[in-house]
Amino acid sequence: MAELGPIWLTAKLAGVTTLLLLALGTPLAWWLAHTRNRIKPAVEALTALPLVLPPTVLGFYLLILLHPESAIGSLWVRATGDSLTFSFSGLVVASVVYSLPFMVQPLQTAFAAVGRAPLEAAASLRASPLDAFASVAVPLSARGFLTASVLTFAHTVGEFGVVLMVGGNIPDETRVVSIAIYEHVETLRYADAHVLSAGLLAFSFVVLLVVYSINRRFPIHAV
Amino acid sequence: MPSETLELDVTTRLGAFDLEATVELPLDGITAVFGPSGGGKTTLLRTIAGFENARGYIAMREEQWLDSSRRIDVPPHRRPVGCVFQDARLFGHLHVRGNLRYAARRALPRGTTVDEVVDAFDLGPLLSRPVAGLSGGERQRVALARALLTNARLLLLDEPLSALDTERKADILSYLETLPVPMLYVSHAIDEVALLAERTLVLADGRVRAFGATREVLERLDIQSITGRFEAGTLVLARVVEHDAQYQLTTLDVDGQRIVMPMSARLAVGELARVRVRARDVALATARPEAFSIRNVLSGTLIDLVREEDSPFAEALVEIGDQHLRARITRAAADDLGLSIGQGVYALVKSATFDDSPF
Repeated sequence: MAELGPIWLTAKLAGVTTLLLLALGTPLAWWLAHTRNRIKPAVEALTALPLVLPPTVLGFYLLILLHPESAIGSLWVRATGDSLTFSFSGLVVASVVYSLPFMVQPLQTAFAAVGRAPLEAAASLRASPLDAFASVAVPLSARGFLTASVLTFAHTVGEFGVVLMVGGNIPDETRVVSIAIYEHVETLRYADAHVLSAGLLAFSFVVLLVVYSINRRFPIHAV
Repeated sequence: MPSETLELDVTTRLGAFDLEATVELPLDGITAVFGPSGGGKTTLLRTIAGFENARGYIAMREEQWLDSSRRIDVPPHRRPVGCVFQDARLFGHLHVRGNLRYAARRALPRGTTVDEVVDAFDLGPLLSRPVAGLSGGERQRVALARALLTNARLLLLDEPLSALDTERKADILSYLETLPVPMLYVSHAIDEVALLAERTLVLADGRVRAFGATREVLERLDIQSITGRFEAGTLVLARVVEHDAQYQLTTLDVDGQRIVMPMSARLAVGELARVRVRARDVALATARPEAFSIRNVLSGTLIDLVREEDSPFAEALVEIGDQHLRARITRAAADDLGLSIGQGVYALVKSATFDDSPF
């Protein structure tokens, strides 16, 4: 029987990452959708980098950036007494970077599709920009939020290379499903590998099915 | 006493287009903003509302909304204006009722209630409908109701009734006229302007071409090229004398002279009406003609005659009492009749040329 530990850890990592990215990715996507600033393409390129970089490259730089002697890493150690490498916290940081485009891009598309017109209408009805964002832009982008969250969650579940580089393989700390499968195969425990792999395969298919169904019935762009 | 005006001295650049407007608009009743498309009408309204990146000065009743020299630029949601956009811009995630409540919840204190506008615009049957299924005319009615609910101190209406049928439009126009709030009303329909607005501002190529009392503005020769040749005409103030139900005609009195037009039951006897007469529907005679089908013969004085070079036409302006009629005749006819300024003439208008609903 497959272990529940890696499954629970994977779900926790994906859930925390999705929530954090909702908080961080929303303002970034909003800014990208509305700015006329010249640095916009550069920010878009940076946001999309995790899509094309090998996870090992990303993981390597994160390792350099987060290890306990680095500026960020030592600050974290001093603040929490815990290391950012080979720990759950470090995995969360890495996943946020790694899954960033999966949150930002659908949201940016949704915000751009809503456009300025409904926001101007809200302003003409005396809604402040923040009020207009919450009462008009968010509900009109609801499908975008759903798509972005589901994709972010699923992509974090499917992460492997970055986890291996930054987190290693520590049970209940960094040993997520993809790492567990890798170890099962290394140690020739194919039956266990089968169970987890088939589970991930089914999960990923269902997630994508949901996303495509949402987008068919309710295109992200609003009325 | 603060001045009851909206003071504008603004420049708004939009790519290759720029709007430059310096004008002081009295804040009572309806001011029409008229002109060809692309002339800057919408940009002017958006500048006043604060949606464009404008430079200059805007103040309403001496409350400054924009003063670039002092870095004042009040954001749109803090300017006490209500807008009806050309494309209605209802919120797709809310039903009609939700759209109205959205405005009511954020409204300035005191004034219009949801029940009032629902009643005035006949929105009862639409309240629980999603906006996606509404027709163009229904959307415009909801948008107008929503804008009124803000209790704004100035309404900016960008062709708010373009999708409505004539009858509904007449209802809503007469309701708008009863409202105490001043309005800027963009329209490309000159008959609507003539009927509705005390004042008219003509915009073309981003510049103010004329501003003043509607009757005077629509008479001005120099805006002819802007208002379009076949729309050129004048507004005549006339008092309703009687309706003839048998012949379906309404008789009106123009400074002591009678005109007859197709019956319009909307007008009450004794009421003052504005009738628009198109220049091309007016013929001129130097003697009173008899025994012919044209019902309206108005005697007056020729006060202006412009012969258009390289064109078969001439434009004549005839004074009738203290009102004016414009006549578009051929240059050849003007020469044959030997027309000269100051001469007495008769202006002939076929009753049938009045629009079905000139009001």
